[in-house]
Amino acid sequence: MFSYLPQTEKDIREMLEVIGVDSIDELFKDIPKEILMNTPLNIPKGISEYEVFKRMTELAEKNRQGISFMGCGSYEHLIPSVVGHILQLPNFYTAYTPYQAEISQGILQSIFEFQTLICELTGMEVSNASLYDDHTAASEAITMAVNTRKKADRVLVSGTIHPNTRSVIETFFYDVSIKIEEIPSKDYVTSIDALTEMIDENVAAVLIQTPNIYGWTEDLSGFADIVHENKALLIVSSNPMSLGLLKSQADWGADIAIGGTQPFGLATYFGGPSVGYISTGTKLTRKMPGRIVGQTKDVDDKRAFVLTLQAREQHIKRQRATSNICSNQALAAMGSGIYLSTVGWNGLKKAATMSFQKAHYLYRRLTEELGLKPLANKDFFNEFTLIIPESDKVLIDMESQGIFAGVGLSRFFPELKDAVTIAVTEKRTKEEMDAYVDLLKGVLNE
Amino acid sequence: MNIPSDLKYTEGHEWIRVEGNVGYVGITDHAQHELGDIVYVELPEIDTEIESKEEATNIESVKAAAPVYSPVSGKIVKINEDLEDSSELLNTDAYGAYIFAVEMTDKSEIDSLMDAAAYEEFLEKE
Repeated sequence: MFSYLPQTEKDIREMLEVIGVDSIDELFKDIPKEILMNTPLNIPKGISEYEVFKRMTELAEKNRQGISFMGCGSYEHLIPSVVGHILQLPNFYTAYTPYQAEISQGILQSIFEFQTLICELTGMEVSNASLYDDHTAASEAITMAVNTRKKADRVLVSGTIHPNTRSVIETFFYDVSIKIEEIPSKDYVTSIDALTEMIDENVAAVLIQTPNIYGWTEDLSGFADIVHENKALLIVSSNPMSLGLLKSQADWGADIAIGGTQPFGLATYFGGPSVGYISTGTKLTRKMPGRIVGQTKDVDDKRAFVLTLQAREQHIKRQRATSNICSNQALAAMGSGIYLSTVGWNGLKKAATMSFQKAHYLYRRLTEELGLKPLANKDFFNEFTLIIPESDKVLIDMESQGIFAGVGLSRFFPELKDAVTIAVTEKRTKEEMDAYVDLLKGVLNE
Repeated sequence: MNIPSDLKYTEGHEWIRVEGNVGYVGITDHAQHELGDIVYVELPEIDTEIESKEEATNIESVKAAAPVYSPVSGKIVKINEDLEDSSELLNTDAYGAYIFAVEMTDKSEIDSLMDAAAYEEFLEKE
């Protein structure tokens, strides 16, 4: 392939002369000899563009195609083709983030619309422009609470949240004098009795996720009262697709609503990128990380969009800032925004309802016909956890026959040896689910 | 520079007005002038126990974010909720708009604060 290093030997000699050294090696003389590489890098000779293309195609063909029933935070929903079309407009995808923000009215408008959609979904009053993912959003929400309740040094996190969220939180607060404590679960949902026993006025925040890591929907009746009686903030994380059908965070009385918008218009890829959403009431607006896009009028009285509340972190608050988030997940957030405005409320309700119904169809067949036991007898939205004997072997067998049958939870919880979480979206057909049941029946009978 | 004679002052440019056991705390005209347009006042939590010279809260202007320290020790018993929606009161009426009020545990702490004349001298030196 073409060499992208444009200097000639003459250029290099001239540059060395200007800085007054004899050779390039001399530039590295401060590095101890024993750690300096003394052989050339072992890189094969260049090959032609065509050969590269051929090789990459061969590698790509090694990918195994399959029908996915995997979820646990990343879901394969239908994506209208307009989403990809707009995201591939160079005006959007080449702009990392609007530095001269107000010149980029298109991007600001897309962020403003994203914020509006998030507020409508969660029932909250204010949303920021987005964060990296749901795990970051959880950590930033806790930071908001800790900065609101300055004397409180405990944070209660349900044992049923996504383990990845938990580990990002642990990293965030690794060197801070905030104690992260786990609320035990009962039958694989958060125990309200345990919460009541643990909470006191030293608790700044309580974090719950619904649907939780097992897929079960948490009944949060009474949670907000207990949390607020102790002056703590209630943070509720939700797969936003579930909000098309189930109660919103505002309905549960949450102070901060968070989650990841990957189910809206973003492919599963290798687990990312997602988009973190965070929304809250007007009281906590100033505590929110990152930036918000606001709507205003320009000198000619025309509608215009401005970046607001971001200056405080980078330019004004500086060392007094409470978050180091300065940017947002603009392009992927735009994807989710386009998805939502394309499908509309009715489309969203339909996608959520179909995911719900199909998941329940598969659940019924697997439990009634194959006699598989659920991890707990609980309500669920679009994913559920079953005990599948010798699940490691079963998952591999099914994968080799074209079905990614679920996520083995032992990767997160070693004690849950044969627990498999199975997700169903509106994209799965009846034929695919029937094929799942037939294939699993065969594998189990082997 | 406006420096009322019935108040006491700190080197952090806070003022305190004593009414019985309670001290009302705000920022001085000089402080608001230095900060410029104030856009946000973070109000402390009522019932917070606080030591003198401990950071009670934060204010943000278009230029900077600044801490507000409590001139005295005690418990925060009142906050000025008008500032939630009208932070500009600190600019337009620096000595009328208190931020929080402390029920003092040691009234003698007031004696160590500057009076108007001392604060004026302090400003000149600064």
